[in-house]
Amino acid sequence: MMQISKILVRASLIAAALGCPAVLAQAQDTITLGAAVSITGKYATNGKNTQDGYDLAVKQINDKGGVEVGGKTYKLAVKYYDDESTPARGAQLVERLISQDGVKFVLGPYSSGMTKAIAPVTEKYKIPMIEANGADRDLFTQGYKYLFAVLSTSDQYIASAVQLLAELSQEQNKDLKDVKIAIAIENDPFSQDVRNGVAEDAQELGMKVVIDDKLPPDFSDMSSTLTKVKALKPDLLVVSGHTKGVLLGVRQVAEQKIDVPMLAATHCDSAQIIEKFGKQAEYWLCGSQWDESLTYKDDLFGKARFRRAVREDLTTIRRPTRLPSPPLRSRCSRDARHRAALMRRKCGTPSRRPICKPSTAT
Amino acid sequence: MQDGQHAAVALRKWASLRDLPDPAMDRALSARRLSEGGGLPAHKLDGNCAAARAMANLDVLIAAPVFAIQLLVDGILIGAVFALVAYGMALVWGVMNVINIAQGEFVMLGGYTGVVCARYLGISPFFGIPLGAAVGFLAGLLVYQLVIRRVVEHDLFTSLLAAFGVSILLAQLLNQAFGPDEVVIDTGLGSLNLFGNMVSVSVIKLVSCGLTVAIGGALMLFLKRSRLGQAIRATAQNARAARVMGIDTDRIYAMTFAINAAICGAAGALVAMIWVVSPYAGLPYTVRSFTIVIMAGLGNLGGVILSAFGLGVIEQFASFIFGAETEFAFVFSFLVLVLIARSLILQRQRKVLR
Repeated sequence: MMQISKILVRASLIAAALGCPAVLAQAQDTITLGAAVSITGKYATNGKNTQDGYDLAVKQINDKGGVEVGGKTYKLAVKYYDDESTPARGAQLVERLISQDGVKFVLGPYSSGMTKAIAPVTEKYKIPMIEANGADRDLFTQGYKYLFAVLSTSDQYIASAVQLLAELSQEQNKDLKDVKIAIAIENDPFSQDVRNGVAEDAQELGMKVVIDDKLPPDFSDMSSTLTKVKALKPDLLVVSGHTKGVLLGVRQVAEQKIDVPMLAATHCDSAQIIEKFGKQAEYWLCGSQWDESLTYKDDLFGKARFRRAVREDLTTIRRPTRLPSPPLRSRCSRDARHRAALMRRKCGTPSRRPICKPSTAT
Repeated sequence: MQDGQHAAVALRKWASLRDLPDPAMDRALSARRLSEGGGLPAHKLDGNCAAARAMANLDVLIAAPVFAIQLLVDGILIGAVFALVAYGMALVWGVMNVINIAQGEFVMLGGYTGVVCARYLGISPFFGIPLGAAVGFLAGLLVYQLVIRRVVEHDLFTSLLAAFGVSILLAQLLNQAFGPDEVVIDTGLGSLNLFGNMVSVSVIKLVSCGLTVAIGGALMLFLKRSRLGQAIRATAQNARAARVMGIDTDRIYAMTFAINAAICGAAGALVAMIWVVSPYAGLPYTVRSFTIVIMAGLGNLGGVILSAFGLGVIEQFASFIFGAETEFAFVFSFLVLVLIARSLILQRQRKVLR
């Protein structure tokens, strides 16, 4: 009670000092963006990363004076709801953000599944949604007009590894027809999109897919697929299935002593395979939206190496405790927000070209 | 691009390793080549060549039986872990007539106990096995006193719902405490190589198999010989008669449920060392142990081991030959076949399937 009355007193003092119209103008100068992100449930970690990314970009933009629309400068703010990692709840909350809270711009949730549930809602209300965590190609074939993504789609996740395999095979004067690929990818829509990307690339390059196993969604063991890999000796083994897929892949490839010239996976950074397995995780090529070892340049963050810039800012947002290297999701969410700001500033037509470049890193 | 160079060096290193002669592998490969003309072009992957692929995989097994040994060993070792969880479920089901849907969550609880040992207490993850059992035992007692006790005398459906609620609650609590990420424990034990590196057996899976046999034997002895075990069996046969004879059935139920949770906890510590644990990864363990118990029939501990191993082996072979997406279809088809067979055999003896 004490606290509330104090705040009320302070608020009324400020209102008196500034005069009521000024207070209203203050409120108008903020553009509120809406986001339903997963704070609880199975996406809680990546939902939190998403939120951190949004907060970071908002802070960066506001520190530089905000966004300019039609000659007027606005500060940004984000209104969050917890979608509990449930698609139905996410759709419901975005509906509430738009129709009750009057939000005019929506930021994407975490995961393709959540984005799929929310997109019809933003489409219905003709509210643009800028998302950074829904990579399934399926999202972009529905004819949505108000959905904008800033990441490469999931079919491109392993593309760099397949490309590298082709280049190295050609260097060794090996006929691409003799190059064999083994695919062990989880049987869910998102992961299968990764799989389709690999199969299409292989077909285009004339490589053979010798194993194409769809691991059941609640699989916990992939030893039989790996036994097949041992028997058929492919040149590249691709493993994907969210964090669990790569954890099991790294663990069981080492355990079964599978000698494959090239190993590729997704979700290595969120699974923290290096921290968890150390030496066993060596020689895995991992698809990532972008990498902190590369230098990027833009007018908001400058040319500084990504890691230092973001680390400093994340410390101010999060509690300054043990700070991990910012994972992929933070980076991309920051990018989504940044792109939204740029779009609005330029008032041009937004493009769907991914600005998070896919890259491979060991 | 330093990364690219690094990868190229790595690639060449591996490529030179691979060229070592390996007669069994060569035989397997030539079998595969014969049957499908050297692999399938990518565009033929979908559609009607699944049968050809299955035949080719079968040929590999025939040409190089060493891979069949690998599948057999893996199947038995995987089955062993599930057998542990199934013991507990069979016990609770048989004694209390409660199907414990929260079985998988007790496994995850044990898994996280192991993780705490390895990561925060800095002791060997193997302490996680007895500690997981202890934590499971206490959690089992608590869950029994708070929930199961009130529904144990009701019909199966009520207790099923209650156990389902417990499973959701436990998963959420684990999520609150440890976050939703998958975690693993690295034991660094590695694996044994047999048949000139053609068959590799993970040491930790062997340990768990040994533990499964030991716990199974101990449980059988406990039920046969000990005073508490006899009381448990008496309660299972007829709870009312047992009460009349002076057995405190409430205490028996509590002990049964806690022993089940303890077994699950020990299994969970192993799961963290063999695969991964996460708060929401419990369900497959419940489903698999349910399948095993149904297949074995109630009150048949030997049958539990046999059906756990059998399902593991079938899963491995189906996955190898027909692809990983078909393994559950084979497991459940096999379950139906066994049930039909058992029902037919029982009909001859004028009994019914329970």
